[in-house]
Amino acid sequence: MTHTAPVQPPDRPIEMSGRERILDDARFAAMARGESIACETHAALAGEDTVLEIDRFNLHYGTVRALYDISMNIPRGRITALIGPSGCGKSTLLRSVNRLNDLIDSVRITGDMRLSGDSIYAPDVDVIELRKRMGMVFQKSNPFPMSIYENVVYPLRVDGVRNRGTLDEVCERSLRGAALWEEVRDRLQESALSLSGGQQQRLCIARAIAAEPEVLLMDEPCSALDPIATSKIEELMLGLRGEYTVLIVTHNMQQASRASDFCAFMYLGRLVEYGPTPDMFTNPHLRETEDYITGRFG
Amino acid sequence: MSGLRNMPAPGAVDARRPHAVAAPPPEKRGRRRRRTSGPGYTLYAQGEPMVWLTGGALVLCMAMIAGMVLLIVGQGLRTFWPVPVTRVTTLEGDRLMGEVTRQDRFAPGPEVLARLSPDDAARARAAMETADDGLVERRLLRTGNFELTGTHFHWVSGFAVTEEQAPPWAIVFERREWGRFYGVPVAFTVDGAEVARDPRHADGGAGHAEPSPVWAEFTARMPEIRRLIRERYRLEQVEIGRVNRRLESARLALRKVELRHERGRATDDDLARARVLQADRERAAQADYEPIAARIAGLNAEIRRPALLLETADGREKVLPLADIVRAYPANRLSLPEKLGVYLSRWREFLLSDPREANTEGGVFPAIFGTVVMTLIMTVVVVPFGVLAALYLREYAKAGAVVSAIRIAVNNLAGVPSIVFGVFGLGFFCYIVGWRIDTLFYEASLPRPTYGKGGILWAAMTLALLTLPVVIVATEEALAAVPRSMREGSYACGASKWQTIARIVLPRAMPGIMTGMILAMARGAGEVAPLMLVGAVKLAPDLPVDFQNLAGALGPIPTGPLHADRSFMHLGFHIYDVGFQSPNSEAAKPMVFTTTLLLITLIAALNLTAIWIRSRLRRRFSAGAF
Repeated sequence: MTHTAPVQPPDRPIEMSGRERILDDARFAAMARGESIACETHAALAGEDTVLEIDRFNLHYGTVRALYDISMNIPRGRITALIGPSGCGKSTLLRSVNRLNDLIDSVRITGDMRLSGDSIYAPDVDVIELRKRMGMVFQKSNPFPMSIYENVVYPLRVDGVRNRGTLDEVCERSLRGAALWEEVRDRLQESALSLSGGQQQRLCIARAIAAEPEVLLMDEPCSALDPIATSKIEELMLGLRGEYTVLIVTHNMQQASRASDFCAFMYLGRLVEYGPTPDMFTNPHLRETEDYITGRFG
Repeated sequence: MSGLRNMPAPGAVDARRPHAVAAPPPEKRGRRRRRTSGPGYTLYAQGEPMVWLTGGALVLCMAMIAGMVLLIVGQGLRTFWPVPVTRVTTLEGDRLMGEVTRQDRFAPGPEVLARLSPDDAARARAAMETADDGLVERRLLRTGNFELTGTHFHWVSGFAVTEEQAPPWAIVFERREWGRFYGVPVAFTVDGAEVARDPRHADGGAGHAEPSPVWAEFTARMPEIRRLIRERYRLEQVEIGRVNRRLESARLALRKVELRHERGRATDDDLARARVLQADRERAAQADYEPIAARIAGLNAEIRRPALLLETADGREKVLPLADIVRAYPANRLSLPEKLGVYLSRWREFLLSDPREANTEGGVFPAIFGTVVMTLIMTVVVVPFGVLAALYLREYAKAGAVVSAIRIAVNNLAGVPSIVFGVFGLGFFCYIVGWRIDTLFYEASLPRPTYGKGGILWAAMTLALLTLPVVIVATEEALAAVPRSMREGSYACGASKWQTIARIVLPRAMPGIMTGMILAMARGAGEVAPLMLVGAVKLAPDLPVDFQNLAGALGPIPTGPLHADRSFMHLGFHIYDVGFQSPNSEAAKPMVFTTTLLLITLIAALNLTAIWIRSRLRRRFSAGAF
């Protein structure tokens, strides 16, 4: 499934700075050489029903490689959290799932992803149809400059749905799903920009689930919110579990431990360890994961 | 020591930034810091001297703008205020009567003094010597009565005045031709027979009966005459216009058949039938024309019957038919409300009627209308074009050398002198496109061009071209300012590129696009040079839309569609024409200010409307709480 020429590993060794050199750890030695590493995937994942399959996925921004041979299966109906320090490629991976990275001219990819068995990166894929099967929530809430109602039904509008009854029904269902209905039911025609920050983010979630997507992608949805709004969104995610598959990028360890079923630790563009959240937090297989989770670096 | 402690710092081996720039050595950082202690160092505040330079520049700008606006508003508003009439007797024995329009101080040449008697010359010299500036005062008197004196204005030196009065019954007449007339009414005649008479008096009617029977007769009869004149205007413009259009359409119908016949596409029979038809229609039109012409002749005879017998300041007599009078008022007898009435009625005439007297008198309604219609057509043309072009440049085109070159070219287009656009508009729109349209659709009217000459459509297109860069640049900026997160949010919802542009990007960019539109309108409405080549004329026979003076309406009412081929009047061109092409430039000068005031007001009104719409849009799209 290679669409662009395979990328040569950088021919010069990556510079190391900092106080200490890498010692004996083979994984980091391989990373420092610019090589891919094998992911430590927990056995518990084997029993899950896979909705999204990421298969040896690589991504380059121009000459810079951002993702190294990522392979992972996202289980259906569960919440999977991507954690890792800044710049490790979490958001890039997330944005690759609905091909938002296509908007950046310099991006090249190799490998593939499959949504319920359908290739995402095959040459004949209609990106627009593909994106209709996913919803996405961004780091900064981005309600459109239109009414609350129109914001929620936007995915249906662009899909050509005109039936007022359907739209009304979807609007209410989505807003209830995003725990926003009670707050805005009387002012659906007001501008979405009149909502508070937390409400705007929940509105974006309502919009993302309006078309009943197979996968809900969330890119640090709570990073701009206060703890109360954050806890509301986490409750919401837990409420969506089972019905929707959620893939969430987060910087917040507590959030990952509280509100996810599976957890994937990424570092320097590689997937390092991937397993059930309780195991990852209490009994990680790799010391690197433990060090990151316990806050010793990152 | 765990393995992780020894990991490379994430920033240093960041896969996206392999060559992270190393921080400068710490000892270099402090080198440029200000000294904070030592000899000569003081904690006294130094002030902010540049605030004076920058603030001074702003004050200078504001002073110039305010000065210009005050001059235009002050002069423009003053033009129509009725001023008193003065009658002076000079040393030479001339008697002049008129309105003082200007005053200044001057040094009379020796030949002027030489013409005076020795006593008078000595007095004039003494006046000059006692004055601080060594000058004497003089006034410009608008004396009118052009057909009698051959001039509209007289300079009167202060020392040359022996007697000065404000004659109570001096009347200011604004006439349909020959400019103003200043005189004292003596008698009112109908068909030459006197109906009323005032005793003659040398000092401007001071001994007239109060109220004057002649003036009473005049004020009683004038409304009827005005009504008849309006009726005549309606007959001439509307009724005869209708007959002329029928004649013209009959002629064109025949001409079309003739053209077809020449090409062998119509038989001789067709041609003969067409000739008969045309002759019939011509006869019918002629039959309709005659009663109208008879009515006009009747009206003409009727309105010329009543007349005023007037006496000028130098004792000459003049018969002035009421038909020639537009407005008359006893300037020295007006109370403040009456003056205000004259003032407002002049404004009304200025705003709502056609020009007279080579544009120096009367109204500018055709110019207002032409300016507004042309600006609106221009806006309707330029905004969609500019927005579409900017959309392609910003949203679809791949950034590269070609796009940069196009962008530079568009920006340079804004710097091309506007007359160049005029030449292009004349050459391309009028002579190439217009000629093509004429040969395709208006062949029967040739050789008289329909679109193959300057017209309001071509003027609007030329200005649209001129203002295109403004719209493109403003739109591009507005598009670039739409946050990336909005577009990504839309794409993530499964919207196509066009759906994203149409539903998210364009609404969000609309206030910025409106800004471009406002700038384009301001630029276009004030542009004159290119218009002189592509359709603006000194006096347009018809408005671009047919108007009708309906009874009871405040002003003319539009009837009928837009004739985009017609030439038109424009306020900017009108200012140039009145100010610099007019035979009576002294009388035209105040009109220049008034017309300028009107043009500025008009552009401000157009802009304010657009700004109001924009602020409404902005309120919709700006963030509320947060």
